Amino acid sequence: MTSFFEKGRAFFGRETFGLLLLMAAMVLAFSLASPKFLGLANLSSMGFQAPLLGLLTIAMLAPMISGGFNLAVIYTANLSGLTFAWVLLQFGGPEAGMGAILLGTVAALIVGATAGAVMGLVIAYVGAHPILVSLAMMIFLRGLGEFLTKGGDISGFPESIAVLGHGTLLGIPVPMILFGLVALVWHILLRRSRHGFAVYMVGSNIRAAEYSGLNTKRTLVAIYALSGLVCAIAGILMLSRFNSVRVGHGEALLLITVLAIFLGGIDPFGGHGKVAPVILSVLILQVLSSGLNLIGANQHLATAVWGLFLVAVMIVRSERFQESVQSFTVALHHMSKPAGGKS
Amino acid sequence: MAGDVNEGYALRLKGVTKVFGGIKALDNVDFDVRAGEVHCLAGENGCGKSTLIKIVTGVYRPETADLIELFGEKLEAITPVMARAKGVSVIWQDLALFPNMSVAENIAFDEMVGLRPKGVDHAGMKTRAAAVLARLGVTLDLNAPLESLLIAQRQVVAIARALMNDARLIFMDEPTASLTQSETDRLLDIVRKLSADGVAIVFVSHRLAEVLEIASRVTAVRDGRLVGVYPTKGMTQARLGELMTGHLLEDKVVAASKDSGPIVFQASGLTRPKQFTDIDLTIHAGEVVGLVGLIGAGRTELAHTIMGMTQAASGTMQLQGKPYRPASIRDAIAQGLAYVSEDRLQLGLLQKQSIADNAAIAVLDTLLDGTGLISPAKKDDLITGWVKKLGIKIGKPENAISTLSGGNQQKVVLAKWLATQPKLLILDSPTVGVDVGARAGIFRIVRELADQGLAILLITDEVTEAMFNADRVLHMAQGRIIAAHDPRTTSVAQMEAAIYA
Repeated sequence: MTSFFEKGRAFFGRETFGLLLLMAAMVLAFSLASPKFLGLANLSSMGFQAPLLGLLTIAMLAPMISGGFNLAVIYTANLSGLTFAWVLLQFGGPEAGMGAILLGTVAALIVGATAGAVMGLVIAYVGAHPILVSLAMMIFLRGLGEFLTKGGDISGFPESIAVLGHGTLLGIPVPMILFGLVALVWHILLRRSRHGFAVYMVGSNIRAAEYSGLNTKRTLVAIYALSGLVCAIAGILMLSRFNSVRVGHGEALLLITVLAIFLGGIDPFGGHGKVAPVILSVLILQVLSSGLNLIGANQHLATAVWGLFLVAVMIVRSERFQESVQSFTVALHHMSKPAGGKS
Repeated sequence: MAGDVNEGYALRLKGVTKVFGGIKALDNVDFDVRAGEVHCLAGENGCGKSTLIKIVTGVYRPETADLIELFGEKLEAITPVMARAKGVSVIWQDLALFPNMSVAENIAFDEMVGLRPKGVDHAGMKTRAAAVLARLGVTLDLNAPLESLLIAQRQVVAIARALMNDARLIFMDEPTASLTQSETDRLLDIVRKLSADGVAIVFVSHRLAEVLEIASRVTAVRDGRLVGVYPTKGMTQARLGELMTGHLLEDKVVAASKDSGPIVFQASGLTRPKQFTDIDLTIHAGEVVGLVGLIGAGRTELAHTIMGMTQAASGTMQLQGKPYRPASIRDAIAQGLAYVSEDRLQLGLLQKQSIADNAAIAVLDTLLDGTGLISPAKKDDLITGWVKKLGIKIGKPENAISTLSGGNQQKVVLAKWLATQPKLLILDSPTVGVDVGARAGIFRIVRELADQGLAILLITDEVTEAMFNADRVLHMAQGRIIAAHDPRTTSVAQMEAAIYA
């Protein structure tokens, strides 16, 4: 039994393995509580819901590893979605063709990346704190979006758009595939590329990184631009899922992305963290909320449980807790030994 | 020694053993300090010095001890409360003071903690703090926040705080590591004053010269075992270094005339207002040029300009005969310069990151595979290669760099820069916080590099370091290079006299 835990830890890494165990325990508990939990309907509904939070979390992740923050993820996604919608409406709304969809996608990605790059430029060259810069951008984008939409919904898109948010490919929800691809690219970017390497170094000690010859300013601009790009993908997905665009859609997810990131063991001060445990955290949060929903608990209760969950995780991860667990197991070990041995 | 008479001893330990995870950090060690004595505890990093201090202050409990005696009183064990009540105090290298509190508050800190919620007696506190400072012969602004003070002044505040608690035995951990020569002299005066007052001081320092100057006896510890207790009279630095490391570390002048080789770097008339003026500097291939002077003489500022971090107002630089004017540190690195910063903790290394990443950070471009991604195999090869070449002692390459000793950290810094295959290597105080054995190792590497044709600029605060490792020594004062010395024809005493005059 011990060797199973040790092997798992060594293979997946401490963080990921712990989360895998947690996820397994929760899936087991919920499937015992409700037979519907492992049913196709529930699994597929989870597969459609989780990717939105997942994409937004990824957009938050890289700035956090670089020692920063991106409070503007939701409104960047909204504005990108708005851009997409606007292009579609210019080309006839429901009658818009494939060319318009392609053009809209590109325009949305450009808007998202630009919003991010502007934040990156201010953070890198002015030296302002990322929380303040992204807060300013968030308020700017919200105001701009509300001004453009007059606070209302925009809808009337071609039906083919729905495939993105509601379709399946080989039985797998399309949003899940999209999320998986983005996560994979993000993983490779962070762990294997020069740019990713620089992100970790900048997050750890930006001056030492600069002294070692890294281009820290370019790194910061690029990381926020990429974050904005992922926001745009989330914005397009949101448009397809809700079949409408509204500034403020997904607002409640902002701090949940932070929750998922901390659950994934990312160092809040930057410099450390991986994509895989963060993805797992997103899935765990989804399992928790779908599971509670299935056994008939109130949706708001699920949110409350998420909060408690984070507190519990922090306690379990604390050094003091780990030490006492260790001394407890040592004590158990001694007790189980036959009397006479020194203790 | 005084045998079993316990009169006159501040501390006596006999047969102390402390085990961590199966490894004996201290193995049957004896240690004693006489009242009013200045005693030096010498040994390399990791030899057990800190463990010994923590046993005396009650942080650790030894597994076995034949005798623990504080101020003539035999004890079963020492607890932190007991240590403080009896007047044992430690001033760690980081001082453990409060930067945003005032000098008086820092000195009287323990008094404020003890008070019941009656409030703080600010006036009385200041009077008492002033009295303690007067006892040390120092005047400081009692209301100034601590962070506005120089490191040397903060040191005095830490000592005053210890005295406020009626300390009779003070351990000082590397107290002079960040002090200039004149500040060190003043600190040593204070230590002498305390000693005359009957306060015993245990001095832990890597700087053997000042150890021999201030202490009357020295206890040498190596690998957790007692090497011996020696009077400092008649002891030499070389002998003490040998006792600490087990190797004979004899300093000798290695300088040779290297000015026949091709010129690698040349600066003429380099000026940056308020930092340095009219600097002419030539470094040949295979040459180690020492640059000595007081802190504030402009040495580090000059290095920063050579590295492109700041721009000169006038003057020119040439690298291998071509005009050289770096726009940024990246530009300088790309052109073949490397800079080992004096601040290893903040600027030289990313302390939270792994050994491997710290070593690879400057040469990522050479580690890519066909797809443009970093190849883990190439990265591994890089690390293992340099670990072997420089004799770096590490656990796993993915461990944090902060798990290494100062000497091994500095070797990783060297590896990082040597991997870039530089033409000119600038070493800025490369042995700060590096113990004597590792120091010799680093300079062995420096000499080998020079022999292979690398041009090296060695900036150092320690005259002996320049004297025994450089081919030429330049003396910088108030932003100007005012003299050049040849180690073969100058003595350490002459050079020190010139610099500290």
